[in-house]
Amino acid sequence: MCGIVGLYLKDPALEPRLGELFAPMLAAMSDRGPDSAGFAIYGDEVGPGRIKLTLQHEDPAFDWSAIASALAARSGNTAGSEPDWFQNATAAVFKLATSEGEARAAFSELAPDAHIMSVGRSIEILKGVGRPQAIIERFNLPAMQGTHSIGHTRMATESAVSMAGSHPFSTGQDLCLVHNGSLSNHNWLRKRLEKQGIRFETENDSEVAAGYLTWRLRAGDSLEQALHKGLEDLDGFFTLTIGTRDGFAVIRDPVACKPAVLAETDQYVAMASEYRALVHLPGIEQASVWEPDPARVYLWERTQALGAVA
Amino acid sequence: MKTIDLDHQSVRELNQGLHDQASACTEPEWLVLNPAGKHAIACGLNAKLSVDIQGHAGYYCAGMNQQASVTLHGNAGQGVAENMMSGLVRVRGNASQSAAATAHGGLLVVEGDAAARCGISMKGVDIVVGGSVGHMSAFMAQAGRLVVCGDAGETLGDSLYEARIYVKGKVASLGADCIEKPMRDEHLAELRELLNRAGIDANPSDFRRYGSARELYHFKVDNAAAY
Repeated sequence: MCGIVGLYLKDPALEPRLGELFAPMLAAMSDRGPDSAGFAIYGDEVGPGRIKLTLQHEDPAFDWSAIASALAARSGNTAGSEPDWFQNATAAVFKLATSEGEARAAFSELAPDAHIMSVGRSIEILKGVGRPQAIIERFNLPAMQGTHSIGHTRMATESAVSMAGSHPFSTGQDLCLVHNGSLSNHNWLRKRLEKQGIRFETENDSEVAAGYLTWRLRAGDSLEQALHKGLEDLDGFFTLTIGTRDGFAVIRDPVACKPAVLAETDQYVAMASEYRALVHLPGIEQASVWEPDPARVYLWERTQALGAVA
Repeated sequence: MKTIDLDHQSVRELNQGLHDQASACTEPEWLVLNPAGKHAIACGLNAKLSVDIQGHAGYYCAGMNQQASVTLHGNAGQGVAENMMSGLVRVRGNASQSAAATAHGGLLVVEGDAAARCGISMKGVDIVVGGSVGHMSAFMAQAGRLVVCGDAGETLGDSLYEARIYVKGKVASLGADCIEKPMRDEHLAELRELLNRAGIDANPSDFRRYGSARELYHFKVDNAAAY
């Protein structure tokens, strides 16, 4: 089953309230996905030349400050100062003046048991096994600020209940997606993408959809072009909600069995598997509320005029 | 009038109250506040009730309706009026997919658009949509009438049996065995009557009629022995 939700703010005045508005959306989808939950939140962006990594460790007592000290001690770190970092429950966010490759190499050496959940300038992905409300509270989602967020509540069907199997999936910088449905050609597609250098952390079908988009964007496609190609190449049932550094998109497969509802006001665009996840949003009674068409790309980006693209 | 506020009472309490009217109809008018997208609101009614729902509803609103008149002042989630037997369900906004699925009787009016699979496997219900319908509408429709004042999505009326479809706007494509048929006087008359009952202002002569070509396997008498 699974539930997916997304909230993309158009009005900067709402940005301090992103977590407060988004948390009830995720919690409302608990009936559709009680196993595990996760969300990506975009905001608190680092400047050019810097990179933000979100890591998680299964041991709640894991000593992140030791990792921060070790990072400082590594050669090349200017003045040996501690990197900019903070811990949030079982997760830690590091903001580093380095490349993704160097950062990954450092963490695989210093913290080989930690999972890198996301890499980018804006994205932070937090997820875990348990009731969505427990995940919301663990990471104190209601206090978070940002520009947009997408989330997932999981009822596992295609792979085990685990943190690794929870959404959102990210396979490239600042890109992530949540998926409701199941892909039928993911094994074939995964092999094809691995040959193109896309790395996968799990056997999950949804991660393949994320990898596919990463591959297309890396090849120079716009997000819109990548999504149109995805509609041709992804086979199976899917409603996908996609986040990028400055964009937000929703697509459904041509048969569109998996539910989706979109709502738009001057202040935000919201997506959910069911309308009841949207009822607390400001001005929802006056919002434009509709069911997205099958095989159509709905995309909002800060750099472009807002609105759906055919 | 009886008022139920779903912020303070459960859908189960509402539906039980409505079901209790089947044995003795003592409270014919009901007002439902704060539906907030909840599922299965006003399902399984079987009395001459008038139910006004103020807001948006979730899945299966007014499902299995008999006799009652239910008006939703908002949008409906999946399967509004699914398996309706009789009565009237009116959606003032849009309806999600599978509206009036498998419904045997009564009238569903969607004043806005209906999404995919509107009237799928309909078995005698009448459906009037003020806007457009999505893909695979009236799939395997067996009986009843579907009226679309806007456009119809892909594969309209696929594997149709005896249901009649009237569309005013464009049809993206017709499904297997669904063909356009001439509008005769009796069709104009029944369409006029349906639009009147739905309270939708449209000219019957602007519509086209679609129905089954009766060319699929199960229409051939040679295959009768296989059943």
